[in-house]
Amino acid sequence: MSIWEFANPVRFMRLSGRVLPWVTGLALLTLLPALIWGFFLTPNDARQGATVKIIYVHVPTAFLAINVYFMMFVTSLIWLIRRHHVSALAAKAAAPIGAVMTLIALITGAVWGQPMWGTWWVWDPRLTSFLIMFIFYIGYIALWAAIDDADKAADLSAILCMIGSVFAIISRYAVNFWSQGLHQGTSAPLIRPGEETQVSAVFWQPLMLSIAGFFLLFLALLLLRTRTEIRNRRINALRAREA
Amino acid sequence: MIALLIRELRLALRSGGGAGLGLGFFLIVVMLVPFGVGPNQQTLGLIAPGILWIGALLASLLSLDRLFQTDSEDGTLDILALSPMPLEQLVAVKAFAHWLTTGLPLVIMAPVLGLTLNLPESAYIWLIASLAAGTPALSFIGAAGAAITVGVKRGGLLLSLLVLPLYIPTLIFGAKATSLAADGLDPMPAFTLMAGLTLFTIALTPFAAAKALRTHLT
Repeated sequence: MSIWEFANPVRFMRLSGRVLPWVTGLALLTLLPALIWGFFLTPNDARQGATVKIIYVHVPTAFLAINVYFMMFVTSLIWLIRRHHVSALAAKAAAPIGAVMTLIALITGAVWGQPMWGTWWVWDPRLTSFLIMFIFYIGYIALWAAIDDADKAADLSAILCMIGSVFAIISRYAVNFWSQGLHQGTSAPLIRPGEETQVSAVFWQPLMLSIAGFFLLFLALLLLRTRTEIRNRRINALRAREA
Repeated sequence: MIALLIRELRLALRSGGGAGLGLGFFLIVVMLVPFGVGPNQQTLGLIAPGILWIGALLASLLSLDRLFQTDSEDGTLDILALSPMPLEQLVAVKAFAHWLTTGLPLVIMAPVLGLTLNLPESAYIWLIASLAAGTPALSFIGAAGAAITVGVKRGGLLLSLLVLPLYIPTLIFGAKATSLAADGLDPMPAFTLMAGLTLFTIALTPFAAAKALRTHLT
């Protein structure tokens, strides 16, 4: 029994059909308590007041925004090498979720930034690289939508995803370079690397639960969307046979 | 290979080939900026490196969609694919020809336009150097984008959506090198990073582009 057996759409459908209700339930059971805990049962931050609570949406979505792209990279690579259709369809299914997560992270960040930094938007490296990533998502989705032939679309968008991943990483560091001279230290990210323990456990625990909840939500949506894509493909195949 | 290069250059330079178009477009974009931001010499000098770089970026994007499209429509691409030359090499030659007809004129033209934008004197040599080292990356990245969108209807708009974000690192380093020089600072860090990026794209994008072309051909 290897993981490649799920490359078979029938197997994948059978397993995902069985798992999906559980993942959905688990996502709800994690996400709702996490958000209620985070929003209502934690104290306000001494300096940031109630705005600190945006962290329970902002950080998980930002975390997913990056990881969904990475997942698309891996599944695209699998498609290019082993040509498993489920893999390509999973990448296709993940893209809109990732785009929405990026957008939520950007919007919640702006909502937090307005009272805290006094502005909705600064051209800070972190913000800018997220905006770039959002554009990458849009381009990827647009390419899928533009090509009729399914296999060709899968091939080309996988190639785009490869190129995009490389350039996304380069952009991430290029943007660091670009912004240094402009406004150094105008903005501090919520959690600096290596300083994670400085966030009090009161905020930390619901945040972890919320990240887990969002991750499960993504998993549920991904399975659902991949199943839809597979069914869609089947309908098209049936139609082609009829015609 | 040389025959292909000469063919590409001939086609581009012939009337209707569009080699002059990019240059004209560059001129107009740069000319429009003073109308947008006002004729203040100081402001213009400040934003000149960025404007020149963005102008070059857009101008090199302009003729990209023809890179493979016309060859694909009239079947030349199929014949070229059947020749013993590997597709990767074909892409590299075409991208190089694109640079010779679009990028190189921009490099030559940019200092003249820099003059009109009140670019500080110390920046000219670095403007030329950074454009000369950076525009090949634009052509090569663009070739990969053009190869991906070659069979797509109304691919031109999609092409710009796909390619422009990939231009960001080159733009950052190129404009930074120029503006560092304009401020009298050492532009080498930005310049070397950009040159490295260009070499990196030249080495890798032909493979991605060739892979995309193969998908279209089968």
